[in-house]
Amino acid sequence: MVLVYSDDHKLTLELLNKGSELARELNKSLTAVIIGKDEFSKDYIAHGADKVVIAETELNQFKAEEYTDILEGVIKETGSETILISSNKNGKELASRLAAKFKAGCITDCTNVYLKDKKLTAERIVYSGNAVAVEQFNTIPQIVTIPSKVFDPLPKDEKHKGEVIKKKIDVQKSSSKILKVQEMKTEGVNVEDAEIIVSCGRGFKNKEDIKLVSELADVLKGRTVGCSRPIAADLKWLSEDHWIGLSGHKVKPKLYIAAGISGQIQHIAGMRDSGVIVAINKDPEALIFKSADYGIVGDLYEVLPKLTDAIKTKMG
Amino acid sequence: MNIIVCAKQVVDVSEIKVDPNTNKPILAGVPQKISDIDKNAMEEAIKIKEKHSGKITALTVGPADAKERIKELLAMGADEGILIAQPEKLDYYVLSNILAAAIKKIGEYDIILCGEASIDLFSGQIGPRIAGLLNIPQITYAQDITAEKEKVVSERNLGDKAVTIESSFPVMITVTKEINEPRLPSLMQILAAANKPIHDWSAEDVASEKLEPKITTVDIKGVPMERKNVIYQNDIDESVGKLVDSLIKEGVLR
Ligand SMILES: Cc1cc2nc3c(=O)[nH]c(=O)nc-3n(C[C@H](O)[C@H](O)[C@H](O)COP(=O)(O)OP(=O)(O)OC[C@H]3O[C@@H](n4cnc5c(N)ncnc54)[C@H](O)[C@@H]3O)c2cc1C
Ligand SMILES: Nc1ncnc2c1ncn2[C@@H]1O[C@H](COP(=O)(O)O)[C@@H](O)[C@H]1O
Repeated sequence: MVLVYSDDHKLTLELLNKGSELARELNKSLTAVIIGKDEFSKDYIAHGADKVVIAETELNQFKAEEYTDILEGVIKETGSETILISSNKNGKELASRLAAKFKAGCITDCTNVYLKDKKLTAERIVYSGNAVAVEQFNTIPQIVTIPSKVFDPLPKDEKHKGEVIKKKIDVQKSSSKILKVQEMKTEGVNVEDAEIIVSCGRGFKNKEDIKLVSELADVLKGRTVGCSRPIAADLKWLSEDHWIGLSGHKVKPKLYIAAGISGQIQHIAGMRDSGVIVAINKDPEALIFKSADYGIVGDLYEVLPKLTDAIKTKMG
Repeated sequence: MNIIVCAKQVVDVSEIKVDPNTNKPILAGVPQKISDIDKNAMEEAIKIKEKHSGKITALTVGPADAKERIKELLAMGADEGILIAQPEKLDYYVLSNILAAAIKKIGEYDIILCGEASIDLFSGQIGPRIAGLLNIPQITYAQDITAEKEKVVSERNLGDKAVTIESSFPVMITVTKEINEPRLPSLMQILAAANKPIHDWSAEDVASEKLEPKITTVDIKGVPMERKNVIYQNDIDESVGKLVDSLIKEGVLR
């Protein structure tokens, strides 16, 4: 049995794509799990699930301890051996705890998953982006987590049939307590789909100055602003949907412009697949120039407005 | 308060060079350091100890030279170090089982601190696996921790939301890079650290069963980065003009 789970509907659809491929190759059936209310079982079946298990529970908030218990129950009950979980933060801590319970192998953040010599094999970025490790499971159950956008959802097939099973699973209540959930403001940008990205880093002195990047992004088709980790995580000048890198979003636009970004390997890991990379930095020794096709050594406060104007003039 | 900090020795990823023929990373001779975020975990432990007193144990599974890294943690403020000799065959399963078994052997612990991820493998598995093995609550991606006498309140950073969670002890917490600014030890502290104990344990000392890896790394592939590296560095107006022309030639401006 192949089993997929995410607490995010969209990510579940992406997992179902890889899940159906593996299920076909392994000659097994594919189960999707919903924890809580049944909202999407029809959708999951149309996207390839042969079975949807709805784990009914009074729990209404994610806690890794309790969700691990539930999934452990479903996995045992369905005899699932190959488990695909989304690589969002909840998914990763869930997969890891689950792996501990099953004495299982787990590979997180897989950028590719396939069968090789009949063994489940996965690729993941290591050394902060300096290399890709190819790892293979020796035992079952085997658990992988997959980031968003690694696979697209399959087209919907309304004719695909599947069964829906409701299950009640006993959970050992966690002694931890969720006190508060605070939605953080996001601008809803989608850097993964952007064709052109202009990114800012610590070279910017004030939050307001980020308008220099958005103005440039505006004259370029693409209009998307990205940033390095400190801009989103330390300074919180931009929401985390702008954050690019190893621990942020992985992007591959046609054009990536990095302004005031030093080019540490963790940032490069998120944008190295871009088409053309441009760097603007006042330090001629900045690492970013090694990863750039074109670079301007100069003060971004001078370069960016000039670049915006020049492009405006050229493009009319 | 008894705090255990799990800290890993890693290669300094910013010093890795790539073999021009195979594109594979050359790991031999790369300087070693404490994985960045584990220093944040250590700093957080010190802050908790400053408030409640207690004992901080730094725990590492690693090669013999990792003792130098433990000395750095002792200089920062750990009271005691434990180095468990790294078995030859290792994966996340083996490693987390050794760490959990060592923690059981230490016996008394209120808070176990880990990094959100290590900078070489970046798996994020070890903390949650330890919590699962010890069957205790876990709080991951903590960007804030307030420890009180009987409980801890911590804020998880999930990107699109912040979740504040309270837990009794014992608890395992993984911290983010942003939670604090790790201190640099003074010369006095570095000297004083020489008198603090570092225990040498082996995997056999702590784990009751022989641990065989569940996964095998079959290859480490390089990621070639070939870029044009055309850098304009004279007059800004001229540089901007040349850049725009190049971008038009590349066909990325439309
Ligand atoms: C485990 C881990 C994960 C990480 N994940 C990520 C990640 O996903 N994404 C990420 O980005 N980082 C990540 N980092 C952090 C990364 O290592 C760097 O610290 C970060 O990328 C640096 O951000 P920066 O380039 O904006 O700032 P800095 O390194 O401070 O660089 C600022 C640059 O601006 C230049 N500058 C200053 N003033 C000007 C000016 N007026 N005009 C032009 N240039 C100027 C400087 O020369 C410098 O090069 C991670 C780190 C760790 C340890
Ligand atoms: N060899 C090790 N020794 C001690 N702690 C470790 C070791 N490997 C990982 N850890 C801990 O687990 C965290 C996550 O590591 P990883 O799962 O490799 O991303 C690290 O930040 C450390 O706190």
